[in-house]
Amino acid sequence: MATGNPVKPHRWGMVIDLDRCTGCEACVVACHAENNIGMSDPEEAARGRVNHWIRVDRYYEGEFPDVKVKYQPVLCQHCDEAPCEPVCPVNATYHNPEGLNVQVYNRCVGTFYCANNCPYTVRSFNWFDPKWPEPMQLQHNPDVSIRPGGVMEKCTFCIQKIKRVEEQAHAGSRPVADGEVQPACVQSCPAEAMVFGDLNDPDSKVSRFAGDGRATKLMEELGTKPKVIYLEKAR
Amino acid sequence: MAEHPELLPYGIIREDLFRPLSRAGRKWWFTVAVCFLLVLAGLAAWGVQLRDGLGVTGLNRPVFWGLYIVDFVFWIGISHAGTLISAILRLTDAAWRKPVTRAAEAITLFALMIGGLFPIIHLGRAWFFYWLIPYPNARLMWPNFRSPLVWDLTAIVTYVTGSAIYLYLPLIPDMAQLGAHNKPWRRKLYRALSLGWTGSDREWHALEMAMKLNAVIILAVAISVHTVVAWDFSMSIAPTWHSSIFGPYFVVGAIFSGIGALIIVMATLRHTLHLENYLIKRHFDNMSKLMLTMSLLWFYFTMSEHITIWYGNEPKEMAVFGQRTRGDYAFWFWTMVVVNFVIPVILLGIKKLRSIKTAVIASVGVLIGMWLERYLIVIPTLVTPRLASATSFYSPSWVELMITVATFAAMIMLYLLFARLFPIIAVWEYKPHSPEEED
Repeated sequence: MATGNPVKPHRWGMVIDLDRCTGCEACVVACHAENNIGMSDPEEAARGRVNHWIRVDRYYEGEFPDVKVKYQPVLCQHCDEAPCEPVCPVNATYHNPEGLNVQVYNRCVGTFYCANNCPYTVRSFNWFDPKWPEPMQLQHNPDVSIRPGGVMEKCTFCIQKIKRVEEQAHAGSRPVADGEVQPACVQSCPAEAMVFGDLNDPDSKVSRFAGDGRATKLMEELGTKPKVIYLEKAR
Repeated sequence: MAEHPELLPYGIIREDLFRPLSRAGRKWWFTVAVCFLLVLAGLAAWGVQLRDGLGVTGLNRPVFWGLYIVDFVFWIGISHAGTLISAILRLTDAAWRKPVTRAAEAITLFALMIGGLFPIIHLGRAWFFYWLIPYPNARLMWPNFRSPLVWDLTAIVTYVTGSAIYLYLPLIPDMAQLGAHNKPWRRKLYRALSLGWTGSDREWHALEMAMKLNAVIILAVAISVHTVVAWDFSMSIAPTWHSSIFGPYFVVGAIFSGIGALIIVMATLRHTLHLENYLIKRHFDNMSKLMLTMSLLWFYFTMSEHITIWYGNEPKEMAVFGQRTRGDYAFWFWTMVVVNFVIPVILLGIKKLRSIKTAVIASVGVLIGMWLERYLIVIPTLVTPRLASATSFYSPSWVELMITVATFAAMIMLYLLFARLFPIIAVWEYKPHSPEEED
């Protein structure tokens, strides 16, 4: 936050409508492109080494051919009471003033404790230095640093995009408009199943959805206070 | 005579116990050489890991902790042989402890040196391990004191320091004796290490005081260390790790495996250094009884831990419970119960069966069983995370196995070197109090 700004700090959150999600995984691809996430080859992937900041979980109901599928995109829930934060011995993961759960790559020494303590299993580790098949290394996002091997990483809610919008708004001496910040996954969702915005603004789309009767949070019972809100499938 | 080593003439005792220092057989050289090669191989494996990254291990998402953490807990457990056993025996003035304490204290120091390396080996960026240490730096960054890993580092560094002093103090009078007549390089070494010990009343008094004090402190430190190691797990919210019993459970398991290691070491020393007159049947009998007690305690804790999970029937915990008792890890789980409980209770609980040989057999079983226990705590929980979609598997890679083997070799090598440089039984403790008796 810029000094002297009287506005309440933002509290970024996301709403995902499971009724709308088609499981197309466009969000996964967009996230890789936006955040310079390394690619694992098929052998590595088979060993459980895929590196995604967002994944789409599938839940099946019923027996074939009468199967209903529920798709659930799972990303860092940016918990207000994040279990990953207190356990890091070097303060590499912490809560920033806007409620984001931030990972400081330069500080991370790779103890893995944060990832073990994350009930959502959304943290990814760089098992090797990241690599991309030719010519994908040419499309790196200049706004996002490339993480070396040995470092933990995870969804940032596209903090680089948040910062850019905030700076632009600040330069224009105006508040950030609702829907102005669009993380890569939100931006790329063809079904418009994802909405991103400020939970501190009662009129924002996310705030209104958060009060919806279908709104739930993943494993809320653990007391993690996630900032990703799922709208359950209507029957 | 063999029943009471104290009754042997002091001159003979001294000769018996100093003899191993000046004579090394072919077997000794051979074993040290083999162990040294294995240690080198382990270092090479670590080198590969440092060069390529932790991808060379079998770790994956979500199994972020694997063999290294298992080995870490195992070795820290072994380290409880020395301090706890020797400190308890020292404080209770158990007369039979004399030939046992130093052998035990040496295990502690070496096991800690090895165990303490694992958290560093395990780091994604091992070269930055010192960021966990609170040291003044230009960025004014402190470590996060809320993290159990920082407590862990503090506990282990304290324990290494404490047990090094604990091993060193009773060595001083022996080294003063050794410094008197010896090869030049040894004379130099022992004289330097004996800190100018002359054997005056004032010095003896100070030493006694220091050893007593150290024994009390190290006892508290030892218990806290393994409790903190347990807290690395129980402070997390992972299913079955988040358990209040883990602190005492780990301490009991540590003492249990420590006694196992000590019995094996004692039997080996007795055989190879011909200490049949010093490490007598009574010592093994007493150690066997101690181990039997710990075996029963271990079973009690294991049962309490599992029966509450089973009865509580909480789905996430039951998934781990199922993995352990009937799933992929069932074979290892029941093997653990057999070698940690059934075999020790039969071999050591039935008086007719209790002997040096059976004590060693039971001890080997206990070491295997306690290693398995740590494996069964770390892995099944991680392969069954809360979100079933993230379920995974784990099998260690050659790098992890090589490093594990190398640490066992390192233990043997360090111990063999130690037994050649220092008397493995404290000679001065047999010294008669009046000088007339000495000759």
